Amino acid sequence: MNAREIRQLFPILDQEVNGHPLVYLDSGATSQKPIQVIEAVENYYRKNNSNVHRGVHTLGTRATDGYEGAREKVRKFINAKSTEEIIFTRGTTTSLNTVAASYARANLHEGDEIVISYMEHHSNVIPWQQVAKQTGATLKYLPLQEDGTISLEDVRATVTNNTKIVSVTLVSNVLGVINPIKEIAQIAHAKGAVMVVDGAQGTPHMKVDVQNLDCDFLGFSGHKMCGPTGIGALYGKKQLLENMEPVEFGGEMIDFVGLYESTWKELPWKFEGGTPIIAGAIGLGAAIDFLEEIGLEEIEAHEHKLAAYALERLSEVEGMTIFGPKTAANRAGIVTFNIDDVHPHDVATVLDAEGIAIRAGHHCAQPLMKWLKQSATARASFYLYNTEEDIDKLAAGLVKTKEYFSDVF
Amino acid sequence: MSFNNLDTLYRQVIMDHYKNPRNKGVLEDDSLTVNMNNPTCGDRIQLTFKLEDGKVADAKFEGEGCSISMSSASMMTQAIKGKTVEDALKMSTIFSDMMLGKDYDESLDLGDIEALQGVSQFPARIKCATLAWKAMEKGMKEE
Repeated sequence: MNAREIRQLFPILDQEVNGHPLVYLDSGATSQKPIQVIEAVENYYRKNNSNVHRGVHTLGTRATDGYEGAREKVRKFINAKSTEEIIFTRGTTTSLNTVAASYARANLHEGDEIVISYMEHHSNVIPWQQVAKQTGATLKYLPLQEDGTISLEDVRATVTNNTKIVSVTLVSNVLGVINPIKEIAQIAHAKGAVMVVDGAQGTPHMKVDVQNLDCDFLGFSGHKMCGPTGIGALYGKKQLLENMEPVEFGGEMIDFVGLYESTWKELPWKFEGGTPIIAGAIGLGAAIDFLEEIGLEEIEAHEHKLAAYALERLSEVEGMTIFGPKTAANRAGIVTFNIDDVHPHDVATVLDAEGIAIRAGHHCAQPLMKWLKQSATARASFYLYNTEEDIDKLAAGLVKTKEYFSDVF
Repeated sequence: MSFNNLDTLYRQVIMDHYKNPRNKGVLEDDSLTVNMNNPTCGDRIQLTFKLEDGKVADAKFEGEGCSISMSSASMMTQAIKGKTVEDALKMSTIFSDMMLGKDYDESLDLGDIEALQGVSQFPARIKCATLAWKAMEKGMKEE
């Protein structure tokens, strides 16, 4: 895999920001889009735009073929058994909320438990807080090890016969930790709980196989994996989805509508009320084609190399604290840090003046910030278009930041 | 933008307030308390102040945040002490106009606050600077 060549396919990266070539290190927030995805969306609007599943006319057929074709691409991408198990959503947040609002609210009662971890993104925290309030279930947190990883012993100790849902992220959006989902799912299943996975930071960066993980639900977002914003998917095992009620009601999702009673379409459409995100789904399909042509294994190996290099270069900066595992083993391309005496917002502003884009703040993970005892942190996140040169620029920018703030004091 | 432009943001007086905040702490007794967060970045401020005869008798702040939000809080407490509620709110409007790069009312002496003018050129940081002022406005309006 040649990141320099891949970079040429992303038009946005070819620009100067504040007088410097753009160094984009915020793919954990959203990835940039290759020309193939931009063209797929444009082509749809220029040539094929129409509503799906209803038009007898030619454009209607093209739009439906494009939309349903994208669903098959998603199925293959995560190795689901059937397209009935792939629901298009607005993204990971909607996917997890659908599981919470439909499955969890119907199946949980007082005395039941929901287990999540301290490293979850707010979208994998708040839906469960709400379910706990609504059903009387108890929300429990898996503790983290010193290095920010989850130990299976802790999972065994926390998940009990009362646990009905275990929901954990595949990759931490702050620590970069890759969690042992397959093993956690085994423990959850042994206690009769369902396993929910937040795949937002996982599917863009590594091969995810839902049958191999044996998870019951998985949500992910298109925009973090070279696709458009506003599209994502929820995978669910067929027998679970079949017994769940839709969350949104209206057009597109009905079978028969009477005056006082209605029935729903079969899977997956019963969960897709309203005109779907057609252009988004087609763009996501193009993103999957793009990533698969390069190879998810290749992308994972590249990011792993970048993470190792970043850990090495950043730890050379004086006053640096790096959060999460100190080595690149089991780490995705995310490095979160703080520099002594310089607030992360100030770090991000100084780096921006050098054309370097990073994220600063709580990263939608306030429980984790509490665990780290930080009010905010700085995060650099990498993707297939980043190079070691980008990391050299980041390290140099951080040295300058440190110098700048010692000078102004 | 270069490091020279950063100097318009990180003025000496701002860094001084950041490193040596004025009025840091919590007022006890019959003081008013306002808590405010900047949910997008995790900055938080607790502002306590006392009103006597329609004037700000005392004001203190506690909080966590970047140099801009904390120095702005320090300057704000300094500026409103001894001011009437009306003038304190007027200053808040002036500050808000300043952040938006608009012409602002120059009838009140802004003192150190004028050093924050450069923030208007950094749109991503305006919310940092206005947090303490928003908290003060909220407190005054609740009173």
